[in-house]
Amino acid sequence: MVDQQWTWQHMYLIPSRSGAGREVQQEILYELKRQRWVPRDIFAIHLAMEEALANAIKHGNRYNANKSVRVRCLMSPELVRIEVADEGVGFNVSQVPNPTDPDRIEAPSGRGIMLMRSFMSRVEFNALGNQVTMEKERSEAGEPLLGEGAVQEN
Amino acid sequence: MPEYRHLLIHEVGDVTVVHFRDSRITEDLSIQELGQELFQLVEVEKRNKLALNFAGVDFLSSSALGKLITLEKKIKAHNGQMKLCNIRPQIHEVFVITKLNRLFDIRKDEADTLAAF
Repeated sequence: MVDQQWTWQHMYLIPSRSGAGREVQQEILYELKRQRWVPRDIFAIHLAMEEALANAIKHGNRYNANKSVRVRCLMSPELVRIEVADEGVGFNVSQVPNPTDPDRIEAPSGRGIMLMRSFMSRVEFNALGNQVTMEKERSEAGEPLLGEGAVQEN
Repeated sequence: MPEYRHLLIHEVGDVTVVHFRDSRITEDLSIQELGQELFQLVEVEKRNKLALNFAGVDFLSSSALGKLITLEKKIKAHNGQMKLCNIRPQIHEVFVITKLNRLFDIRKDEADTLAAF
């Protein structure tokens, strides 16, 4: 992952229940719009974020009310990075089957990671598999808001 | 006709046209409810020609795709047909990436869809 001069960053803790990440996503999407990311990029980031959060809540923390999902979002003029970490035991990412294989195409689930990888510029899991870091490079102008805003920590 | 929390239904001939009340089809709980409503159309109300119109849907997650796959299987098991239409380009890209555009019959708009039944 590339070093950046971050102009905006926030950290959030989300409870492990369906829909709990909605406000966090809205805040991040609002900031992306404010920083003039184009709709195509915003859609991509939104989708990847949704998939990562759903995986963390459902598969990582198994809807356990005693566990939280940590989300950190950082933005530079040309890049957004989103880290999603759960408190689960992790999993072996390399063993996730390809959902486009003919024998998997009609499976009702298993597409989240593939969509994350397809829509984001980079996706990396930690060794345990309970944290994912995703990056999206700004694809086209929209002129970024240069020189505005010191790093804000939440 | 029952009132659906997530769906708007109307008939055109023998085709059931389904619109979605939610512009964003996300969140596991909502998708579970949506899935149950869609399945009810086929399994309880015995509708065997469904046109799913995605006009107004800005966003959907992969869990929603799973419900559509299950719905497709159910309607086929009932010797019925299902077609999708008015899918915005970015969402259509999701269908293409997951190769689900090969599983579903996706049409441009409602008129095109109705003519195809």
